[in-house]
Amino acid sequence: MQTPRYYPAEDLKPVKPVHKVKQNPPRVRASISPGTVLILLAGRFRGKRVVCLKALESGLLLVSGPYKINGVPLRRVNQAYVIATSTSVDISGVDVKSITDKYFSRTSDEKKEKEEEFFMGDAPKQAVVTDQRKADQQKVDAALLKAVAAVPMLEAYLAAQFTLSSSDKPHLMKF
Amino acid sequence: MPFTRYVEVGRVVLINYGPDAGKLGTIIDIVDQNKCLIDGPAEITGVRRQVIAYKRIALTDLTVKIQANARDKTLKKAWADADTLNKWESSSWAKKLAAKKKRASLSDFDRFKVMVARKQKSEIIAKKMAELDLTLVAVDCSDDAPNVVAI
Repeated sequence: MQTPRYYPAEDLKPVKPVHKVKQNPPRVRASISPGTVLILLAGRFRGKRVVCLKALESGLLLVSGPYKINGVPLRRVNQAYVIATSTSVDISGVDVKSITDKYFSRTSDEKKEKEEEFFMGDAPKQAVVTDQRKADQQKVDAALLKAVAAVPMLEAYLAAQFTLSSSDKPHLMKF
Repeated sequence: MPFTRYVEVGRVVLINYGPDAGKLGTIIDIVDQNKCLIDGPAEITGVRRQVIAYKRIALTDLTVKIQANARDKTLKKAWADADTLNKWESSSWAKKLAAKKKRASLSDFDRFKVMVARKQKSEIIAKKMAELDLTLVAVDCSDDAPNVVAI
């Protein structure tokens, strides 16, 4: 072959295609869907039965007691620490589109105050529930409680705690 | 105590082990001292004609009037004439098996409802007992002379 007329002075490396990071939607267990009753296995609310509202972009599940029934507020929960039951609640009347992962992130004020606290010593700060959280909780729960009341005994079920007794075999139990 | 359930042609059996575990079959022929030939009938119980060991089956009280090596069709007719399936379903053995299966398939919500129902039942009984002014009585057999102790 004839040497081409023009070739660059320096050898150019072939351009590699830019590696685009593909962000897939989070994988949620098939047994978990909006409205499923979940049993929390770890954390502050372990043993509580709770309603799953939706899966957030981070992969965590948005969950609510409802607060009036068992004291669990709008909260994020990891699906690894959860048993999904086969019971589900009709969630079509509940609007949680505005609640995302950003809703739960710590504000910059809190962060700054933490630094000062570190230098000041131990003095546990009282957790303050913002009015916005309370308002959102009431808005979501209003529709949720209606759906829960429609199913007989469901309210008592959500208020009760999940426990294992000596004759229970969890690997044989159907949830 | 004499034996009442015999391995014989026409004996209805419950299969305990293997792919057909939990299903009924009928002995239609005997192979030797360890195994026999059974058949469903296939349309009623889902068990096909096969040789099966006695170790894998449990004899029931029911029998069907058939000749040895009866056809599936004849067997089906004999079952219908003797109303075997209904007789089996109404036996306490079959009912206990069904109850066990149901209990194993309960969901968490179902188990909660059962717990509430049991509590309500015992509440009704306790109320009635108090009404009749009865007390539960236990016999303490730990000593030589049994003592009757009221709870």
